[in-house]
Amino acid sequence: MASASSLPLEARGISVRFGAVTALDHVDLVLDGMAPVAILGANGAGKSVLLRTLHGLIAPARGSVAWGGSGERPRDQAMVFQRPVLLRRSALDNVKYALAVNGVAGAQRETRACEALARVGLGHVADRAARVLSGGEQQRLALARAWALAPRLLFMDEPTASLDPAAAADVERVIGEIAAAGTAIVLTTHHLGFARRAASEIVFLHRGRVTERTPAAEFFSSPRSQEAAAYLEGELP
Amino acid sequence: MKDVPARIPGRTAIAWIAAAGIAAVALAGSPRALAEDFITVASTTSTEQSGLFKHLLPEAKKALGFDVRVVAVGTGQALDMGRRGDADVEFVHDKAAEEKFLAEGYGVQRHDVMYNDFVIVGPKADPAGAKGDDVVAALKKIAAAQAPFASRGDKSGTDAAEKRYWRQAGIEPWSSTPRPGWYRETGSGMGPTLNTAAGMNAYALADRGTWLSFQNRGDLVVLVEGDRKLFNQYGVMLVNPAKHPHVKKEMGQKFIDWLVSPRGQAAIAAYRIHGQQLFFPDARG
Amino acid sequence: MPDIAASFALALRLIGGGDAELWGIVALSLEVSLASALLACALGLPLGALVAVRDFAGRRAVIVGLNALFGLPSVVVGLVVYLLLSRAGPLGSAGILFTPKAIVVAQTLLVVPIVAALARQFVDDAWGEYREQLLSLGVSPTRAVPTLLWDLRYSLLTVVLAGFGRAIAEVGAVMIVGGNIDGVTRVMTTTIALETSKGDLPLALALGLMLLAIVFALNGAVYAVREWSVRRHG
Repeated sequence: MASASSLPLEARGISVRFGAVTALDHVDLVLDGMAPVAILGANGAGKSVLLRTLHGLIAPARGSVAWGGSGERPRDQAMVFQRPVLLRRSALDNVKYALAVNGVAGAQRETRACEALARVGLGHVADRAARVLSGGEQQRLALARAWALAPRLLFMDEPTASLDPAAAADVERVIGEIAAAGTAIVLTTHHLGFARRAASEIVFLHRGRVTERTPAAEFFSSPRSQEAAAYLEGELP
Repeated sequence: MKDVPARIPGRTAIAWIAAAGIAAVALAGSPRALAEDFITVASTTSTEQSGLFKHLLPEAKKALGFDVRVVAVGTGQALDMGRRGDADVEFVHDKAAEEKFLAEGYGVQRHDVMYNDFVIVGPKADPAGAKGDDVVAALKKIAAAQAPFASRGDKSGTDAAEKRYWRQAGIEPWSSTPRPGWYRETGSGMGPTLNTAAGMNAYALADRGTWLSFQNRGDLVVLVEGDRKLFNQYGVMLVNPAKHPHVKKEMGQKFIDWLVSPRGQAAIAAYRIHGQQLFFPDARG
Repeated sequence: MPDIAASFALALRLIGGGDAELWGIVALSLEVSLASALLACALGLPLGALVAVRDFAGRRAVIVGLNALFGLPSVVVGLVVYLLLSRAGPLGSAGILFTPKAIVVAQTLLVVPIVAALARQFVDDAWGEYREQLLSLGVSPTRAVPTLLWDLRYSLLTVVLAGFGRAIAEVGAVMIVGGNIDGVTRVMTTTIALETSKGDLPLALALGLMLLAIVFALNGAVYAVREWSVRRHG
């Protein structure tokens, strides 16, 4: 029986292996959703794998993930992937689809979808085919789709990765609004400036292990772990 | 992760129902196929290929007011259709097989309807010297010369007749081991067998009707004809409603009555190919 | 070899002419083949998609089985359907033997494995791309089936056309269960077979060319619609 809420999210001793490669190695993480968390790390550190495991898409080989005390994932989560998968239909219909499969009634779907698109600045392309939108527009559409579901917990994998500065700034603003409205945010990113502005806490991953969990303000000036320091110096990729 | 109950959205459901609906409507088929007033007559491919039915059935429909649907297969299969109850009337040309059909209780009564004749066709050069009006003698010569002979070998009335003539000649090429190379069984209908014969420049036994309409003759001509033995008698039978209650016995009987009536017999005689009469009505009374 | 040029000329004359009987045969061919293709897709597309996205005991055996049924001999299907629909058979009282309905049944049975096997392959290939996103949105694999079928509609259109092509090309099974009855169950392919066995090869060839022309035209039209739609909707 799933809990009504995804929070607190408790990951205990999770290990994930892909063949011979250990992607996550005994990771413990508890999130209460009070403040946005950014997961940082070098390429291949396991950030994306960790995110997807916390979202229930990957079953850990060892350890467990519990949401609100239950091992079954509740329906109040959403995720924006690094490369969003959009359906072959209009931008608006993509959002309406997400609402429909989550039980939102007909008339409401239209309203909520339009609102979500407007919030991310895509109101003018509502009827355009989602797949012909630019990379930045597609990313914002994925964000609108996730947000329209009014999730309690929102995961985002490199949300500003393929965006130009203007679009990135837009997305930052939207994420800020989402967080301010009470949604718990867990994201990964390579943009350190964005991480500093958006997150309250930083979780640093190195080769599948958590080396530290530090308030954002502190992390960037004085990281607690060697690996994090090396990363910030630019010595790790 | 808990599964969401698979609720398919309304639009998709409508689309599938529409597709199924179109399919169902199309399944209904042409208006003619829907009509209930028709009978199914099992007949033979050689009769169909002679073109007789194209001429006869419209006449029948005018006289009787219902459709006569002919399924043309080999005689063996045609009688089998009657045994299974898939036909209302049998119209074939193998008296022995028809009488067996009656004896087994599958048919009600047999009436003579008409006869046509068989001919032996072969290469114009006639290497076996078969030409004449004696079929048994011709077959003996063909076997002696080991000239290629195309046989239907498909349990049809024509095939049964052919085998009869061979036996009368004292030869059974289909049962010798090893099979003689000059005797080729095609296992198919009259037309394909003639195609094969034309292609191989072989002799073959054919009904005159198919031969007259056959266009792919190659080098073949009629070599043996006129022997009384070559006359091919057609009979008609109603499939026994006692065995198959669904048989349309009233309409079936009406069709049979019409076939043997003066009007039906005249319609049969009126059918010609290139001015030649193919079928000779011989119903009694 | 009959004069091909003469057959071409005859084919053009047949297409241009208004012979009611011939066009009746063409209409019936299109009718039964479209019905079979649609029915086979209604059954086979969801079946193939389900096999692609769901894991179940014996899944691999089912996939191998579907692929193997590509080579299902049509005369076998014809014979089996005949035995089922014969008055002496279990479904005889339906009385649909020797009617277009029987043809649709036989053709549908032939086309479903083709549609299901191809759909399974297409959906399987795409599922890797869609899986995580759909699961994230709360869509179960089963619920994903109609979504995937619609999203892959351009690729699946090829599958539908393959199914239709198979249906309209069928002659053996149609002959057995339809009876090739003049004006009732005589379709283009069985007419061609009949004219061939009567030795009228030029006419048979001309009819064959006509059938090809019709199938080409249909495919061309579908392709054009697809291109236009892709340009509009991406």
